Amino acid sequence: MAKIEFLLNHAPVVFTGDPARRLLDVIRLDFGLTGSKEGCGEGECGACSVLIDHKVVNACLYPIINAAGKEVITIEGFRTTERYAVIERSFLEEGAVQCGFCTPGMVMATESLLGACPHPTDAEVRIGLAGNLCRCTGYNMIVKAVLRAAKDGEGLW
Amino acid sequence: MNDIGVPITKIDGAEKISGRARYVDDIQIPGALYARTVRSTIAKGDIVAITLPELPAGCFVVDHHDIPGPNFVKIIAEDMPIFAETSVRYVGEPILLVVGPDAKTVIDVTRKIRITYDEQSPTFAWVDSGVRHSYRKGDPKTAFQQAARTIAHIYRTGYQEQAYIEPQGMLGYPEADGKVTLVGSIQCPYYVKNAVLSALGCPEDKVRVIQAEVGGAFGGKEEFPSLIACQVAVAVRKTGQPVKLIYERGEDVETTTKRHPSQIVLTAAIDADLKIVGLKATVGLDAGAHLGLSGVVLSRALIAATGAYTIPNVEVEGDAFRTNTVPTGAFRGFGAPQMFFAIEMFFQHIAKDLGIDPLAFKRRHLAKQGDLTSTGGMFRDPILIEPMIERVLEASDFRRKQREFKKSDRLRGMGISLFFHGCGFTGSGESTHIKGRVKLAKSAEGDVTILIAAVDMGQGVRTAMIKIVASVLGLPIGRIRFPAPDTDAVPDSGPTVASRTTMIVGGLCARAAKRLKDEWMEGRDQTVEERYVQPDFIEWDEEHFQGDAYPAYSWGVVAVEVEIDRSTGQVTQNGIWSGYDMGKAIDERLALGQADGGIAQGIAYGYLEKMEITGGKVRQKNLTDYLIPTTADVCETTTFFVDNPFPFGPYGAKGAGELTLIGGAPAIASAIENAIGRRVYGIPATPEMILELIEHGEN
Repeated sequence: MAKIEFLLNHAPVVFTGDPARRLLDVIRLDFGLTGSKEGCGEGECGACSVLIDHKVVNACLYPIINAAGKEVITIEGFRTTERYAVIERSFLEEGAVQCGFCTPGMVMATESLLGACPHPTDAEVRIGLAGNLCRCTGYNMIVKAVLRAAKDGEGLW
Repeated sequence: MNDIGVPITKIDGAEKISGRARYVDDIQIPGALYARTVRSTIAKGDIVAITLPELPAGCFVVDHHDIPGPNFVKIIAEDMPIFAETSVRYVGEPILLVVGPDAKTVIDVTRKIRITYDEQSPTFAWVDSGVRHSYRKGDPKTAFQQAARTIAHIYRTGYQEQAYIEPQGMLGYPEADGKVTLVGSIQCPYYVKNAVLSALGCPEDKVRVIQAEVGGAFGGKEEFPSLIACQVAVAVRKTGQPVKLIYERGEDVETTTKRHPSQIVLTAAIDADLKIVGLKATVGLDAGAHLGLSGVVLSRALIAATGAYTIPNVEVEGDAFRTNTVPTGAFRGFGAPQMFFAIEMFFQHIAKDLGIDPLAFKRRHLAKQGDLTSTGGMFRDPILIEPMIERVLEASDFRRKQREFKKSDRLRGMGISLFFHGCGFTGSGESTHIKGRVKLAKSAEGDVTILIAAVDMGQGVRTAMIKIVASVLGLPIGRIRFPAPDTDAVPDSGPTVASRTTMIVGGLCARAAKRLKDEWMEGRDQTVEERYVQPDFIEWDEEHFQGDAYPAYSWGVVAVEVEIDRSTGQVTQNGIWSGYDMGKAIDERLALGQADGGIAQGIAYGYLEKMEITGGKVRQKNLTDYLIPTTADVCETTTFFVDNPFPFGPYGAKGAGELTLIGGAPAIASAIENAIGRRVYGIPATPEMILELIEHGEN
C-alpha cells in the first residue's frame, strides 16, 4: 500500500493502494474518468494518452507511483479549456472523428504537439501523431483537423 | 436542405471528442463480476480432464454444463460451440469462463486450472471442405475449346485483422423475472439477441440487447459478439449478478475472427482478337475451425469472379475449408477483396503475357449498362467507370509518371485498380432472411425518433439517418432523435453489415418519413412502420447462383503511386487518387471518411498487414507486431464522388462502406509491380517478398 498525492485535472488528489497499478486503471476505475481508453495495453495505440506535466504519456504503461507530485490532465480536465474548444471545432469541421475510440487520445496528443510546435507542417503533424492509432479515418482528416486547429487557435499555443 | 450531400456536423462528434461517449468498458455497474476466458492451448484434441482449484468466495466457473439451450452460437452455420465440451479444434477455443469479484482473483484462478488433453494431429492443409459453391454462365466448355490461347495464374492472399481500436466487450446483467440484458460493442443487436435466446432456451421477451458506443468494427463485431454474448448471458444466469467480459488486445488478435486467407486459380480463354471470352475460377478460403459465415463470404467472393468486367462464358467453383486454426469471418469487403485482388492482377498479367497495355486491355472488357453479370443477372443502372478512370488518370498524372518512372533509376511505380461492390445482402437475403422493419415515432410536440437496429460504429449512421428523415419531413435536424438501438424498443431492421444500411434501412426510413409526412397530425403521438419489399425485377436462384445477386452495384477506381527502397524493400506511399460511384453521398464528409479509411485498410492489406499462423498459433500478438498504418505510413488522398442515383435508394444512395477497401490491395500491388518490374502474385507484398521478387521474380 502506498499513499500517492498528485494533481488530477487541477485538483489535488490522494491515491491509496498498490503503487504498481497502472495510471489508466486508477483514473478510469478509482476516479471514474473514462474518457481515456484502453486499446492495447502496451503503449502502442495511444487511446489512453494523458498529459503528465504537459507531456503526452500512455497511461497504460505508467505506474501510479510515478505520478507522485506531478500534474495529470485527462480529456475530462482538458475539455474545459479554450484550446480544447478550438480542437473540437476543427475535428468536427474536418471530419476527424469516426468511431471516436481513439479521439480523446488523439486530442491529448494534438494538445501536446501544438504546445511544442504551434505552427506545425503537415509532416510535423504526421510525426507528432504517429503514436496514436486510428483504424477508421486513414488519418488524413485528422491531420487536416490539427493543421486547422493550429491556424484557428493562433496565439493560444 | 437543398442538396442532401452537403455535410452537417456529425451528430455524435462532440460527445466522442470530449470523451463523454460511453463504450462498453466505460459502463461501470457496482458489483459487476470480472470475467476471463480459459482457452485451449492445443490445435486439436479431446479434453481428458479439467482440474479446478478451490474457488475463492464469489468466484464461479461457467462452462458448457451451464448452458440451458443447445451449445452452439446461432449464426449461419451452427457449428461453433459456446464453450468446448469434449474436444477442441483450435488454439484459443474457449472452454470456460472464470468470473469473480476482481481481475486479480479471477486471473489467479485461471492460472491454477489444469486441462489435460488427448492431442490429435491437427489439419492445416485445405482438404476438408465445409461449404462448396459453384456456378456457370454461358458455355465455358466451348469457349475454352475454341480459344486461341489460354492463360492461367494463381493468386494468394493472407489474413487480415480488423484491428478496431476498441477490443471486443460485453456486459450482461439480470433484470426482473429472469430477464437478461446485454450491452455490448456490436454491429447486429438482433443477431446477438437471437443467439442468446437460443443459448438460454428462453422466451423472446427474456433477452434484451443494447448497443453501447462501438469503437470500430469493420465486420469484426458482426458475428463474433454473439459468441461472447452467449457466454456472458450464461454467466449472468448462473451467478445472478452482472458480468463484464472485456478482451485484452492480445486475446482479441489471437482468438477473434479475421479475413479469410485465399488461394484463387484463374484461367482465361482468349480469342484471336485478344479478348477474354471465357474464365474459370477456383477459389479456396481458409474458414478455420468453424464455418460461421464462411459460406456467405465464399458466395460474395465467387460472384465477384469476373471483377469489373463482362465475360460471356464463366465457370466458377470454390470451397471454404475447415482447418484447426482460429475461425475467420466477416471483414469489410466480405470475400470481395480477395477476388478483386486476384482478378485485377490477372487482367494485368494476361496483358503482359500478350504484350499489350494492361489498362487498355481492362477497358476493352469493362462491364456496361445492360450487360449480364457473372451470374446472369443484369447491370440495370448506368455504369460510369469509364469517365471515372479518365478523371483518376488525369488527377494522378498517371501516364506521364509511368513513362518517367520507367526511365528513372529509383524504384517508383503507378498502379490502378477498377472494382465494384454488390450492395446489400447476397442473393435473396433481404427478402427471405432479414425482412427488415423500421419505425418512426412522433411525439405530440412534433419531435421524431428513429427506431431501427442499425448501429453507428463510426461510419456515421446516426448522422445519415437523421439527415434522411429530417430532409424528407422538411424538419430541422434538431427535431429528429436516433437513440442507440435497444431490442426492447426497436424493430429488427437487420444487421449493420453488407453496405446495406444507408441503401436498405435508409430507404425504409425515407419511406416511413414520407408516410409520416402524409399522415402528419399536429399535437398527436404517431408511429409509422415500414417493412422491406423486394423490387419485383430482382430474381435470384440460390441453388444455382443464377440471377441478380445484388439489387445495385457501387463502383470505384483507385490509383496509387509508390516508391520502394531497393536495399530494404520498404514501400512508401506517394499518392492516392480515387473516385467512387456510391449513387449519392448522403453526406460528403462522411463519405470522404469512408473513402479515406477504407482505402487505408485496403492498401495496408496489400503490403503492410501480415499475420501468420504456424502450428495453429497466431504469431502476431498485439498491435506491436501486427502492423496497421500510422500517420507516418499513409499519404494524402485525392478523392471524388460521382452522382449516379439508384432509383431504389434514399436520395439515390447505394452502398458505400465496403467499396472503398476493395480496390486498395490490387492498386498498390500493381504499383509495386510497376516499380520493381516484377510480378506480384500474393499479398501482403512485404519488404521480404519484394526483395525476393527483385532478386528472383518474373518479369
